[in-house]
Amino acid sequence: MFLLRDLVSARTWLAMTQHLSGLLLGFVAIFIVAFGLGLGFGGLFFALAGLPLLGVTVRLAHWFARAERARFALFTGARIPAWPAPGSPGRAGFRSGIIPRWRTWREGATWAELGYALLRLPVSAVAATLSIMTWAAAIILLLLPAYGPAMPSGGPTIGDTVVHGAHDLAASVLLGLLLLLVAPQLTRGLAVADGTLAHRLLGPRRDLAARVIELETSRERVVDAAEAERRRIERDLHDGAQQRLVALAMELGRAKARFADDLDAARDLVDQAHVQAKEALTELRNLVRGVHPPVLTDRGLDAALSGLAALCPVPVDVHVDVPVRPKSSVEAVAYFMVAEALTNVAKHSRASHAKVVVEGRGYPGTLTVMISDDGIGGADITGAGLSGLADRVSGVDGRMSVESPSGGPTIIAAELPCG
Amino acid sequence: MRVVIAEDSVLLREGLTRLLTEAGHEVAAVAGDGEGFLRAVAEHTPDVVVVDVRMPPTFTDEGLRAALVVRDRWPKIGVLVLSQWVEERYATELISGRPHGVGYLLKDRVADVAEFLDALTRVADGGSALDPEVVAQLLARSRHPLGELTPREREVLALMAEGRSNAAIAETLVVGGGAVEKHINNIFTKLGLAPGDRDHRRVLAVLRYLGT
Repeated sequence: MFLLRDLVSARTWLAMTQHLSGLLLGFVAIFIVAFGLGLGFGGLFFALAGLPLLGVTVRLAHWFARAERARFALFTGARIPAWPAPGSPGRAGFRSGIIPRWRTWREGATWAELGYALLRLPVSAVAATLSIMTWAAAIILLLLPAYGPAMPSGGPTIGDTVVHGAHDLAASVLLGLLLLLVAPQLTRGLAVADGTLAHRLLGPRRDLAARVIELETSRERVVDAAEAERRRIERDLHDGAQQRLVALAMELGRAKARFADDLDAARDLVDQAHVQAKEALTELRNLVRGVHPPVLTDRGLDAALSGLAALCPVPVDVHVDVPVRPKSSVEAVAYFMVAEALTNVAKHSRASHAKVVVEGRGYPGTLTVMISDDGIGGADITGAGLSGLADRVSGVDGRMSVESPSGGPTIIAAELPCG
Repeated sequence: MRVVIAEDSVLLREGLTRLLTEAGHEVAAVAGDGEGFLRAVAEHTPDVVVVDVRMPPTFTDEGLRAALVVRDRWPKIGVLVLSQWVEERYATELISGRPHGVGYLLKDRVADVAEFLDALTRVADGGSALDPEVVAQLLARSRHPLGELTPREREVLALMAEGRSNAAIAETLVVGGGAVEKHINNIFTKLGLAPGDRDHRRVLAVLRYLGT
């Protein structure tokens, strides 16, 4: 059924328009680029007069490539990611806006765009010819019974034989029908093939494209993780220190009122306020330790992990062997990982012992972080804590794995690239 | 005692000055940064100095470095370092080299005035005062096996590392002086430390042991 529908579907005729417009544009492009390159390189032999011409050609080829991306989006719906424009960050550009730099000629993008401009005409020519010929043949064969008998020879001749008679005409109509069904598929198939070729030449390399997608998602996750972290800090401040300070102020207020008549009660209230104040300080300190302790910046991971180990109610063995300090973002992620993992150990694991191993290998190399415990396992990987960790780790291009079968043990490990 | 204070927060500087003056000590000078502090120490040669770790211009470990300079240049001056947070690594840097007459406490401890003044006196007299949090970190990161110690002995070790005298330890744990003495001997035997040292020299042996 869809074979019939495709005869009149917009996609089919957009694909046909794609081939025909490509033919037209390709003609203009090959003319400009071939002449530009020919005269430009030829001109190099005459006192470098060809250089500006080459610059203009490279520019034009880039603009043509941009126009082509728009054309593909319009006619086939294919989205081709763009190279950066010559001269923008990531690509060599021009001197004085027109003389191409030497590096321009060593870039794949330059040659891909020039090559594309030259290939447009032959590719579109083949595609358009094949499509139109199929459609034409289908219509000619299909309508043969209508005009064949009226021909002087009684029908078209193939070699020495004349096509006539019911048998031949039926075969002709059948073949015509078949071709009519094939024609839309061929037209569209050629458009897809054309799109693939354009993607190859005009789009960044496949691994690069995959990397872009990966970066886009990880950036999103990092932003989300940072947002969640801010909310957590806000909540901790609100539920912890802030409440304690309110209680403290209240206690002091009550003490003030009592001083005149009941000195003993006032003294008790001041004592309580004193305790509240100290607890608020402890809470604030621990909160800061969980976020980013100053010692991490000053003295590095080894020194900073001591505080976490001491804070954890479960005994923790810490082994740190990092000959070269990694960059601060990696250090921060490693620290946060240990902080989060040890919090989980204390809260959920029922472990009697935990172990933290941090090792740096190579330069810049990788930083391996592993936290293990002998607890009951069954850690929830989808929980806010661990998934936030995974986001942070992916934010520095690291990989993290969580092993926590029910019954234990739990092992959280990550590899963080330091370069 | 004559004291020089280095603290960049005006609020805390004023508070400390008032607290020390009320306790009968003389605040010879106050400074808001490392250099000013060292000049003040050179000028007044106090009995003890109180230094904040984080000070301008870098707001990292300025105060700690200034404290190390004082420790090296004026061995007779006690050095008490205060900080919003304490780190075992800073403590190790502070007690290595000349490990007597130094202290390292959380700023929070100032709130318990009597204990704070006691620690300050101890430091001025050549003893030591380490924050319980630092000691907890030292114990957590100790490369030596502490597993053989009983829980009570660990408590005694921690208090010793804080710089407390036998009498103070006995009072804290509500036991007799003899019992403390016995625990300490056991600890020294189990850790393989030379016995016989008394009071703060003994404390230093413990700190060296934990810090290396």
